[in-house]
Amino acid sequence: MSGLTLKNIKKAYGKVEVLHGIDLEIKKGEFVVFVGPSGCGKSTLLRMIAGLEAITSGDLSIEGANVNNLPAAMRGIAMVFQTYALYPHMTVYDNMAFGMRIAKQSKEAIEKRVMEAAEMLQLVPYLSRLPKALSGGQRQRVAIGRAIVRNPRVFLFDEPLSNLDAALRVQTRIEIANLKEKMTDTTMVYVTHDQVEAMTLADRIVVLSAGEIEQVGTPLELYNDPENVFVAKFIGSPAMNVVPAKLQQSAAHSVINTGIGKDVQVAIDSTKLQDGEQLQLGVRPEDLELADAEDAQLEGNVLFVESLGEVTLVHLENVGQSDTIVAKLSGIVALEKGQHLYLKASADKLHLFNAAGLSLKRL
Amino acid sequence: MSSTTTIKSPGSMVNMRQSALTYLVHASVLLLVILWTLPTAGLLISSFRDKDQLAVSGWWTSLSASEQNLITRTGAPDTQIEKDGRFILTGNIADEGKSIEIIAFGGNSRYPMIAEPGELIELNKGIELTMNINGDYQMTSPVAFTGSRGKRLFYTAIIPPMFGLDNYAEVLTSEGIGQSFINSLTVTIPATVIPILIAAFAAYALSWMQMPFRGLLIAMVVGLLVVPLQMSLIPLLRLYNDIGSVFGVGAKTYLGIWLAHTGFGLPLAIYLLRNYISSLPREIIESARVDGANDFDIFTRIILPLSFPALASFAIFQFLWVWNDLLVATVFLGNGEDELVLTARLRELLGSRGGNWEILTASAFVTIAVPLTVFFTLQRYLVRGLLSGSVK
Repeated sequence: MSGLTLKNIKKAYGKVEVLHGIDLEIKKGEFVVFVGPSGCGKSTLLRMIAGLEAITSGDLSIEGANVNNLPAAMRGIAMVFQTYALYPHMTVYDNMAFGMRIAKQSKEAIEKRVMEAAEMLQLVPYLSRLPKALSGGQRQRVAIGRAIVRNPRVFLFDEPLSNLDAALRVQTRIEIANLKEKMTDTTMVYVTHDQVEAMTLADRIVVLSAGEIEQVGTPLELYNDPENVFVAKFIGSPAMNVVPAKLQQSAAHSVINTGIGKDVQVAIDSTKLQDGEQLQLGVRPEDLELADAEDAQLEGNVLFVESLGEVTLVHLENVGQSDTIVAKLSGIVALEKGQHLYLKASADKLHLFNAAGLSLKRL
Repeated sequence: MSSTTTIKSPGSMVNMRQSALTYLVHASVLLLVILWTLPTAGLLISSFRDKDQLAVSGWWTSLSASEQNLITRTGAPDTQIEKDGRFILTGNIADEGKSIEIIAFGGNSRYPMIAEPGELIELNKGIELTMNINGDYQMTSPVAFTGSRGKRLFYTAIIPPMFGLDNYAEVLTSEGIGQSFINSLTVTIPATVIPILIAAFAAYALSWMQMPFRGLLIAMVVGLLVVPLQMSLIPLLRLYNDIGSVFGVGAKTYLGIWLAHTGFGLPLAIYLLRNYISSLPREIIESARVDGANDFDIFTRIILPLSFPALASFAIFQFLWVWNDLLVATVFLGNGEDELVLTARLRELLGSRGGNWEILTASAFVTIAVPLTVFFTLQRYLVRGLLSGSVK
């Protein structure tokens, strides 16, 4: 069953269109994460689902019913804001009970639901406190609890962890993951720019850029088979290296050369392309290893080295290119600034994109 | 003793110059505080002084004893006793149970203070008078004293400082200040509450409700801040009288002055409250909207409690302004006993009792007691409310 359906959703402020027709089908109970660079429209899209922004055109349905013109409160949604948005003059209990009180529910019903949510989030000892007497993590738990009390069909998170410090972020992320396990019927939409959150929490990730969907898929699909250069560079940290390469021989197994070492044969069908066509080769930093000049696909002079113990990140100046090359080498590698390095990756780790940036599918 | 202070460094010169400037600032502040508070202190002290002392000496002498020329009478002639052929009136001029210190006395209005205590002076017709330093007197005459009243005695006494609440008791009861106090409250409380209520609603709407011409409305409200009150008083009064006569409301009534003060207070109120309310975090309001609250719920349950500092700060402004207002009250309210506000009563007392300092000072203090109380109880909101919005 469909939890949330977006059909050709557009948003314009005056004449400026910021979302150019979003189509998305989210299954009931699915956890979907919107990621994208700032300004890509992911928060706007979430706020349109919430009913806080008007929909310029298109259809938005929740569990099959069109909700385009329903006010936020009638859509069966609950939202957790980046800044918690707790009511500062109310206790934790009152914060969580606010929605049900507005809906004029009975005191017993309110108490039952608030206590359930408080127990689920270990908030019982804090119920009589004001938000200012809570830590950041506790505040965010209250905000989540307030959303749970609404018993929503769709649970919306707007960068809920970005105001927390690193340790709390990990802890709260695990709590959200637990919540997802417990609330199997609730569709969840989560906006973030943090890849780790996206990769660990999502059933499916939606990558947005400049008001359009770039790709929708499970975290590993996006990592292994990015549909275009944008997604390839956006997912994974450090970002994928993309360098020009020449198609030496278009065939069922393409042969390419980056102009450095030997030709490499990759299991990518390029029969529709011409020999000699200019392509883009993508290699993830973690797939690179040191190599001899003749085996290498990449080369460069060491700009600086970050030794993290577990891995060593090497930033290389890619001669003649604006982007630097980053390699994540395992263990501790002794390297000097200015040293010339050759790098290679095994053929099955290479990604190929055409000149327009679209992925050539692996066989 | 301390070795570090003897070391001169370029840094210490800077510190010295800074501290000189700091002293200057502190001295100026002190001077200003004294300039501002001294008259008030004088007023306060004067209001508690005895009215006779107040008439002859300034408040700064109030703690030292004062010399006063006074008149009293001897005991009545029926208390005279005859002794050795002379008729004697004797007694003490001090009030029952009190002591007095005499420095001069006399028995004649033409030469009132001719004798020092203990001297025997001769008045006309062989009457002799003597008075001791403690006020014991003896008047003797060769013929019997006649008449129903005692003879006049003139004396200069040193009176110790006297303080009391007599002045307050007098102005509150017999001078009509008590009634005016109630009248002033009757004007001020509604004239403070009504504009706050209206302005809070307006400020919410102008901050958080989408509507056409919102910016223009805000600009108009801010523009009204520059309209001088004096210019609009009479047109407003005529308008009110015309409309009032349609509804059968009298010309000079409390309703009129409430509305006038509301009108004059609203632009500032809306401006201050809008600045505060629009600075409240958007997420809180959106969160309430997702929770199902409509605009009225959001206003009453979220905005009003959170804007308390701003509401309090404007309430202080409006309260003080209305309480201290004379002009609007003169125009919009009558002169009857149950309509005269404190400021108008004070002005009236200045005319009719201008010489009676004890009445004026006590009345003035009754008048400023309420503003002072309001200010001191709510001052933390005043500062917070003024800064809020500008400093986050």
